[in-house]
Amino acid sequence: MREIRLMKGNEAIAEAAIRCGVDGYFGYPITPQSEIMETLMLEKPWEKTGMVVLQAESEIASINMVYGGAGCGKKVMTTSSSPGVSLMQEGITYLAGAELPCVVVNVVRGGPGLGTIQPAQSDYFQAVKGGGHGDYKLIVLAPSSVQEMADFVELAFDLAFKYRNPAMILSDGMIGQMMEKVEMKPFTPRWTDEEIVQMHPWATTGKPSSRERNIITSVELDANAFERFNHKLQAKYKQIEENEVRSEMFECEDADYLLVAYGSSARICQKAVQLLRAKGIKAGLLRPITLFPFPTKEIQALLGHVKGILSVELSAGQMVEDVRLAVEGKVKVEHFGRLGGVVHSPEEVVEALQSKIIGG
Amino acid sequence: MNEEIIIAGFGGQGVLSMGKILAYSGVMQDMEVSWMPSYGPEMRGGTANVTVILSDSRISSPILKMYDTAIILNQQSMDKFEKFVKPGGLLLYDGNGITRHPQRKDINVFRVDAAEEASKMQSSKTFNMIVLGGYLKIRPIVSMENVMNGLKKSLPDRHHHMLPLNKAAIERGLEIVQEVQTV
Repeated sequence: MREIRLMKGNEAIAEAAIRCGVDGYFGYPITPQSEIMETLMLEKPWEKTGMVVLQAESEIASINMVYGGAGCGKKVMTTSSSPGVSLMQEGITYLAGAELPCVVVNVVRGGPGLGTIQPAQSDYFQAVKGGGHGDYKLIVLAPSSVQEMADFVELAFDLAFKYRNPAMILSDGMIGQMMEKVEMKPFTPRWTDEEIVQMHPWATTGKPSSRERNIITSVELDANAFERFNHKLQAKYKQIEENEVRSEMFECEDADYLLVAYGSSARICQKAVQLLRAKGIKAGLLRPITLFPFPTKEIQALLGHVKGILSVELSAGQMVEDVRLAVEGKVKVEHFGRLGGVVHSPEEVVEALQSKIIGG
Repeated sequence: MNEEIIIAGFGGQGVLSMGKILAYSGVMQDMEVSWMPSYGPEMRGGTANVTVILSDSRISSPILKMYDTAIILNQQSMDKFEKFVKPGGLLLYDGNGITRHPQRKDINVFRVDAAEEASKMQSSKTFNMIVLGGYLKIRPIVSMENVMNGLKKSLPDRHHHMLPLNKAAIERGLEIVQEVQTV
């Protein structure tokens, strides 16, 4: 029987984590995502599935606990919000450098600095372009509904293990705090130790006499060897770009004007498209679901009929750079977005398209 | 059917839980729903509001500028949200503490004196359910059966003995809501 519940986005992440067989959650509270750990503590999954839930002493400790768990081939995750995710960046680049699968959730709030607790999308660069040091990429998923908050936990783990790479769910205070209907998947049991040994031969699960030691590290002092490793990473990212792009189109088939928006802003833009269509303006919405890999080809495929593009983000203009790279100057691309925790209304998006693209 | 509602008042009046019960009633009636609270610093400062959308089709933006219905439970919220009711929409308010009553002539205005009624029922906790009853009288978008199912779902089990009192409060709201003007 389908199990429909009314849940906050944050609660859905916690419930989905228990249900998809996560082994460990390590986190530190911060608004607007504290309900994730609160829900886990209420549900007491250690009594049901054996999942560990631990409030660490800091975000830095959390991400390093994730490193340890991931090195053992376990399904481990952490969640935080912008300032907390900044603290985790060293650990995240180490995870990427050691090719460890894990899931990091960022329920973004307005920055820079300690900022505000209201929704923002100003951590796009940090999530997609690096954040930590070195040439690495995260697989970045952007849920735009509470249902996707639940579904993307499992998807993020699937992709993380498929590519041995950290995956990030980039959400924000709006999707985290709102309640919607969610259909929960049935419980999947946690992997047994034997399954982990079999599925993840790279993991540090204890050395049998039949193989060499497994070493989890991101250090390599021989530059030539490290260049070869970097090329291997780049080849992996290329493969991710070829295979894992996900996006959703809304009224794009005949669109003269295109909005590009992800997450909460995509929800607002869907309404804006309805308002624009009611005015007789043929607008459409392309919603990137994966931010890395970015739906470059999907945008390019629309350039035959699209005359102008507005990238709508709760930021000063970050994703707009990737939209411009996709468009290669063929049509006008502008940015619109409110900042610092203020959320734009669908009406403001309509006005922005009219003033910056149609009339501009 | 697509009903876009803002409920606004003081923290502690049950604004968020009233929205949650309404949203859960919609779930019980197989509708699409969204519930988007104000969770920022204003929550700590005393005022609270929640946007609830009930719809037969997929809901786009959970944050809105204009509403079909505004349920207004204090003066600050009246000052802030009266202007955001769509022309021909509904403004429902509790007269308690209101010094500046609705001014607009292009919207439907109803009044439910729930605070006064809750004190007559000797339970301040019934306040938000009296308001909900008043709303459902004007906009019967969910059946009473589904409201009760929604209430049961959103109240923790330990509070289920309160269900009859809540039902009585909703029914009282249905009776006492008064029309101020219709357009």
